[in-house]
Amino acid sequence: MTPTDIRNPDYFHKVVDCQWACPAHTPVPEYIRMIAAGRYSDAYMVNWHSNVFPGVLGRTCDRPCEPACRRGRVEEEPVAICRLKRVAADNKEGVLARMPPIPAIGNGKRIACIGAGPASLTVARDLAPLGYEVHVFDEQAKGGGFIRSQIPRFRLPESVIDEEVGYITDRGGVVTHYNQRVGSLRALLAEGYDAVFIGAGAPRGRDLDVPGRQEAAANIHIGIDWLSSVSFGHIESVGRRVIVLGGGNTAMDCCRSARRLGGEQVTVVVRSGFEEMKASPWEKEDAMHEGIPILNWLVPKQVLHEGGRLTGMVFEKVKAERDANGRRQLVPSGEPDVTIEADDVLVAIGQENAFPWIEADLGLEFDRWGLPKLNEKTLQSTLPQVFFGGDAAFGPKNIIWAVAHGHEAAVSIDRFCQGEDVTQRPPPDVVMSSQKMGIHEWSYDSAVSPDLRFKVPHAENEVALRDIKTEVELGYDRELAFKEAQRCLNCDVQTVFTSKLCIECDACVDICPVDCITFTEDGEEMELRDRLKMPAHNLEQAIYVADGLKTGRVMAKDEDVCLHCGMCAERCPTGAWDMQKFLLESAKPKAERVHACAIR
Amino acid sequence: MSFLPKPKLHHPKLPTNALGYTRRDYEGAISTLCAGCGHDSISAAIIQACFELDIEPHRVAKMSGIGCSSKTPDYFLGASHGFNSVHGRMPSVLTGANLANRELLYLGVSGDGDSASIGFGQFAHSIRRGVNMTYIVENNGVYGLTKGQFSATSDKGSKAKKGTVNTDEAIDLIGIALQLGATYVARSFSGDKDQLVPLIKGAMRHDGPAFIDCISPCVAFNNHEGSTKSYDFVREHNEAMNRLDVITGRAPITADYEPGEVREVEQHDGSILRLRKLHAEYDPTNRVAAMHHLHERKAAGEIVTGLLFIDPEPRDLHANLNTVARPLNRLGDAALVPGAAALEAVNAGLR
Repeated sequence: MTPTDIRNPDYFHKVVDCQWACPAHTPVPEYIRMIAAGRYSDAYMVNWHSNVFPGVLGRTCDRPCEPACRRGRVEEEPVAICRLKRVAADNKEGVLARMPPIPAIGNGKRIACIGAGPASLTVARDLAPLGYEVHVFDEQAKGGGFIRSQIPRFRLPESVIDEEVGYITDRGGVVTHYNQRVGSLRALLAEGYDAVFIGAGAPRGRDLDVPGRQEAAANIHIGIDWLSSVSFGHIESVGRRVIVLGGGNTAMDCCRSARRLGGEQVTVVVRSGFEEMKASPWEKEDAMHEGIPILNWLVPKQVLHEGGRLTGMVFEKVKAERDANGRRQLVPSGEPDVTIEADDVLVAIGQENAFPWIEADLGLEFDRWGLPKLNEKTLQSTLPQVFFGGDAAFGPKNIIWAVAHGHEAAVSIDRFCQGEDVTQRPPPDVVMSSQKMGIHEWSYDSAVSPDLRFKVPHAENEVALRDIKTEVELGYDRELAFKEAQRCLNCDVQTVFTSKLCIECDACVDICPVDCITFTEDGEEMELRDRLKMPAHNLEQAIYVADGLKTGRVMAKDEDVCLHCGMCAERCPTGAWDMQKFLLESAKPKAERVHACAIR
Repeated sequence: MSFLPKPKLHHPKLPTNALGYTRRDYEGAISTLCAGCGHDSISAAIIQACFELDIEPHRVAKMSGIGCSSKTPDYFLGASHGFNSVHGRMPSVLTGANLANRELLYLGVSGDGDSASIGFGQFAHSIRRGVNMTYIVENNGVYGLTKGQFSATSDKGSKAKKGTVNTDEAIDLIGIALQLGATYVARSFSGDKDQLVPLIKGAMRHDGPAFIDCISPCVAFNNHEGSTKSYDFVREHNEAMNRLDVITGRAPITADYEPGEVREVEQHDGSILRLRKLHAEYDPTNRVAAMHHLHERKAAGEIVTGLLFIDPEPRDLHANLNTVARPLNRLGDAALVPGAAALEAVNAGLR
């Protein structure tokens, strides 16, 4: 097969599974090593450059990195990446001085960001240091968007939001227009901004449509609206018996909030099966730990009410079946209906985008799902000076995706304002550096910890359920954080092979604890994968192939379960294997680059 | 040399053998030899062979003398019996152990210094007595521990790292083993595990003196141009006589061979040595022809490898001495110390 081109940054980037899976491509192993070394502020800054809200994300991220983590493939569970991020945020010292300065004299360009959520704030963070004057509009009194209005305080204290939003809005270059709802894009465009970024979220919660909905309206609440009313203190109690409809993270936040506002008998009811629920496994776990049952395969049929008061709901039992076209459908299982008594119902069955304030004749086109037509890479709309990001762009996702969009949009806006081609994307910054210090010494901790994942300490239920503002997760202390950090396999420390140095002595093959190296005859990839020392059947993981050996064979390394322990390089007599740290920082607008790489 | 132990984590799909062990369970401590040492590959081959043969680790006794090679038993079969003896004295310690308990599998690991110089006599006598063992010489043609002097197996004309040319004739351990009656004789190369692992398996299933001369380049002192035991030289001059598969139990025949290409030899313990011929005229059951062929090919500058001689019905030391079958540690005092009357009877018989 074709030898691997290791000069293509994507190759080694993919090996760092967590970083590749992170929409913002945070250099995860890099900051985890810093946490292990007690360099919390450095770790925070590596995060801050990539994902802007380390303290927030360290508590609330959907953590696409963790299912991707290599550790989960060699033992039971991934490294607790997300909660280690929180450790960096909790233990850092002053970081303000390390943030890029905002120039006293701007570049004369004015940008409007609509919505003060994570996407807009990322655009502002990236552009302000370049001299842009960024105007942020939001209907709320403070910045943060859904971070502030949707995420319950017991998961995310308000002080963390204030701090991290402040790093963006309070250092100059950003003008906030809070308590100000943008009612017309036409009017805003007329104000002459050089570019407009729309990060207004997906603000409309989907409603329930069953008999009795209208009659019992007083006790039926749309989940996201209810959560924000709770966040802002407009709602302080809920009925004793509560039904939460929906299987996503919003449903989990609703049920757990209800538990803290007087709900004693809170039940989550989901249409599909437990495994298919959209909520993250740990959120389901936390909800169940707080005494909240999750009932599956139940479709709402009717709202029961008496004298204008909701008394309960009736559900139809369903099962999943494939129709003639192979599509999965929910069909009645024939079992008797289920009635659940309740005082209040929270509806968390999805969110929709709504742009009633964008005039139809502006030239900004929408697709048939009501989402803006965008270039997926540049996030530019059909109106060239208007860019989208976050939930407003492609429908509801999560914070880390919003941040990633913000970075991409900032690059686009910068290029657009400088008259450059927006579709030309700058390459990431990549630094490769050998970790060799001596014959058997590496500048990273190459020993592989045998420990299993450490649990994050939680507050006891009696304490946690008493007050909605009591943070339920206590976070790792420094000692636990060190131990958990040591579980990281340092996948960014790459095994780099140089054929012309190799004498084919097999030392690396013999020492490799996971049998990932084979020297063999060349062949087509699928056939080659099959006859490696351990067959490489995980097709999502590349095999690293190098030719140019004296015997005419190839070196084939299955990246799948490599522990990055450096044993191959340690036992190599000629230095044909080297362990090199691969540090990649995804492209940011020009002046604000190479930061993660600069912290070394 | 590595300071850190090899991580315990292994490939999640690492297979297990009939005993439920993975290959990793047959490992020992991490090697302290130089990085790239051929000996480490031989250790890996021994590990692989024992794993594939479903050998219970406690049924193996690994013996060695002194030298780089003799350090290696520490690096494999960590759960087996071991004895690191005096320089060159491994064969007599092994012989003694074997006489006391014939139920263990004896694996003698030695080097060219240990077996061709200081222990040459011991080597020779253990072979000619027919001790049931697997005797592996990790042959690098150089005294590695004392920084690279020629050993007794260095070929005449081979160049040392500093440029000196060897003027002494080399001892060919294979030739000696054949001459002195070894019943399983093979030569291999540490850089070719496909060949080496089956040869070790066949030897461990052989009920007689099995000798393997394994060329094992010394990366520190004998892997340069001009050396006849370097990776490059051995690869260039390696002439394999056959390829061996060791079949235990009732493994099906998986490959198709042309008629005449394959020869099967059944060993005394029922295992089958399936030899794929690479040289049509070579007959590995004919001792004299094997010796002749070896000399001829050596003169032609080739390093002949493979299973060079096999006697499927060997006799071993125990058969020759008519010893008791039961290990001495399981005989009672009365049997072990029969008393003055028994001694008198023996003496009387000799008068």
